[in-house]
Amino acid sequence: MAAEKPRNQTIGAVRRTFAPWTDPDKKPLIRFENVVKRFGDFTAVDNVSLDIYEREFFALLGPSGCGKTTLMRMLAGFEQPTQGRLTLAGADISEVPPYRRPVNMMFQSYALFPHMNVMDNIAFGLKQDKMPKADIAARVEEMLKLTKLETFAKRKPHQLSGGQRQRVALARSLAKRPKVLLLDEPLGALDKKLREETQFELMDLQMDLGMTFLIVTHDQEEAMTVADRIAVMNHGVLMQVAPPSEIYEQPATRYVADFIGEVNLVEGKVISASSEETRLTSPITPHPLHVTQGLDAKPGDEACIAIRPEKLRISLDPPADTSVNCFEGEIWDIGYLGDLSIYHVELACGQRIKVSQPNLSRVVQRPITWDDKVWVTFAPHAGVVLTR
Amino acid sequence: MPMAGEKGRGRLFVIAVPYLWLLALFLAPFLIVFKISLSQDAVAQPPYTPLLDFSQGWAGFVDFLSGLSFDNYLYVLDFSNEFIEAYGSSLVIASISTLLLLLVGYPIAYAMARAPRSIQPTLLMLVILPFWTSFLIRVYAWIGILSPEGLLNQGLMALGVIDEPLEILNTDIAVYIGIVYSYLPFMVLPLYSALEKLDETLLEAAADLGCPPTKAFWTITFPLSLPGVAAGALLCFIPAVGEFVIPDLLGGSNTLMIGKSLWTEFTVNRSWTVSSAVAVLLLLVLVIPIVIYQNIQQRELEAGK
Repeated sequence: MAAEKPRNQTIGAVRRTFAPWTDPDKKPLIRFENVVKRFGDFTAVDNVSLDIYEREFFALLGPSGCGKTTLMRMLAGFEQPTQGRLTLAGADISEVPPYRRPVNMMFQSYALFPHMNVMDNIAFGLKQDKMPKADIAARVEEMLKLTKLETFAKRKPHQLSGGQRQRVALARSLAKRPKVLLLDEPLGALDKKLREETQFELMDLQMDLGMTFLIVTHDQEEAMTVADRIAVMNHGVLMQVAPPSEIYEQPATRYVADFIGEVNLVEGKVISASSEETRLTSPITPHPLHVTQGLDAKPGDEACIAIRPEKLRISLDPPADTSVNCFEGEIWDIGYLGDLSIYHVELACGQRIKVSQPNLSRVVQRPITWDDKVWVTFAPHAGVVLTR
Repeated sequence: MPMAGEKGRGRLFVIAVPYLWLLALFLAPFLIVFKISLSQDAVAQPPYTPLLDFSQGWAGFVDFLSGLSFDNYLYVLDFSNEFIEAYGSSLVIASISTLLLLLVGYPIAYAMARAPRSIQPTLLMLVILPFWTSFLIRVYAWIGILSPEGLLNQGLMALGVIDEPLEILNTDIAVYIGIVYSYLPFMVLPLYSALEKLDETLLEAAADLGCPPTKAFWTITFPLSLPGVAAGALLCFIPAVGEFVIPDLLGGSNTLMIGKSLWTEFTVNRSWTVSSAVAVLLLLVLVIPIVIYQNIQQRELEAGK
């Protein structure tokens, strides 16, 4: 969340140099082509086109009912697209039944077979492939080791804790070494601490095994942590598909900006637009605002500026640097979170703006307090102009 | 601790009601039947001796005990008297009926459990609906269907499928039809309750791991419905062994079932003592499956915890 990081350089540099979606010659592993899925009158997935590349950790993110699970279930073969094509490694799989697809899924409910012990659960898929017994035993052993379940091999699912069941489900879905592993809210049932640990385990696993992972989640932090790219969905439509840092720093729409993290949306009207910067008028200040991100607006457009709370600065005095945008307000409330404090600043126009400031020193003498008149500033590159 | 005392008394009361019920309506009649089975036939009122004579005191009680014997059991267990055969034949007919019930009931229960949620209560009602008519009348109705002039034969002849009536009534086949028809709800309901609980994502998981639907039925659905299969089978098997009305009305003179033998012994031979012995032995025969059934229920309860 560090502010002022040079843009276009992304977090976790080693991992994120992987970017096959930028290479036009690269063939995607999974391709949704204008896929529509309707249930009666309800359109769950509305004309989605999406490419997912080999070895990618891809997240489908959105609120419940946004169609992300339906999209995944179509890939697993449990739902048929109403329209459109679905290809895997170049072959159309729309008509292939789920039991013939080289895709395995980890279910949200885990769906462990209650009458089989851990070993038999993991071996189930391998037995379907008529793998020789010795190979099955070896693979099961390997999976048990990978998921640290060796001592639980003979237990039945109801004798395991939630975290252990989650690992059995993971081991079972990985055992067949599928081309694509689908994870449906895989960590939803775990407590926060275990969930965070498991996120990193999943990332390591995906790297080590070199598989393509597709995860469905409504937890934006989870998606940001694990994924190479995120697709934000709402009402069956893809809102934006981009790496986590881009989703956060360069949201394409108000919806994405608002859905991911905290954001201030300031309404305005474009007065001039160039390839360098966009200038807008806004009710928050009598002066025009300069923004250098999101340059597709035209003069006269109604637009809004999205500014993350940590990219705003707050001070008791007007800024010396006149190149930054600034506006005046009054402290309405302060939320102390330990590592940071959130200042709610009420402006003359009535809008409240959230500003977060790291607590670099102890807060015993807080320079800014309730009802103080303050100046809020942000650099031209800190805001993004959104027209949608 | 007065609280605990009150609580204990309350609990005792709640438990006492079913126990008293069992004591008065099961154990007491059973002891009376058992006593009669140890007595001898007599031309008297009641038609057996000895009777406990309280006026004689202790000596009377000793007299009474010395008058009891296992002679009736020896008589029943004597091969020449056909009771053993009747027990055996009852067990065979009940076993075959149970198997047929399973074959007919499982698809019905499966279809019900997979039907849309909204129509499941209606389907359940339809299964229970026959109970609203007397069991006896329903079995009688089968005579009308199965007899040579009955609906089935007339229908088949009208269609030209057969030239002369099939002989179904008064054969073992009619008994099987009668038992399967009458006991079907007892098979369908436990199967339905087991299948309805089955999580459908398990089948999706099986398919996802490469298991085609038919195989998934045998590796997932069927094993998980086994408690229902066992409950349904025993609920049908136990009463079918002692069934009397169906073999009497639909079966022929060759149909040998213990319930029918008991009835003949009691009404035609007027031997209270032998028929009591038959009844006690029937209970012993059925204790084994009843214990199995209880065991299964116990395990179900523990698994549910």
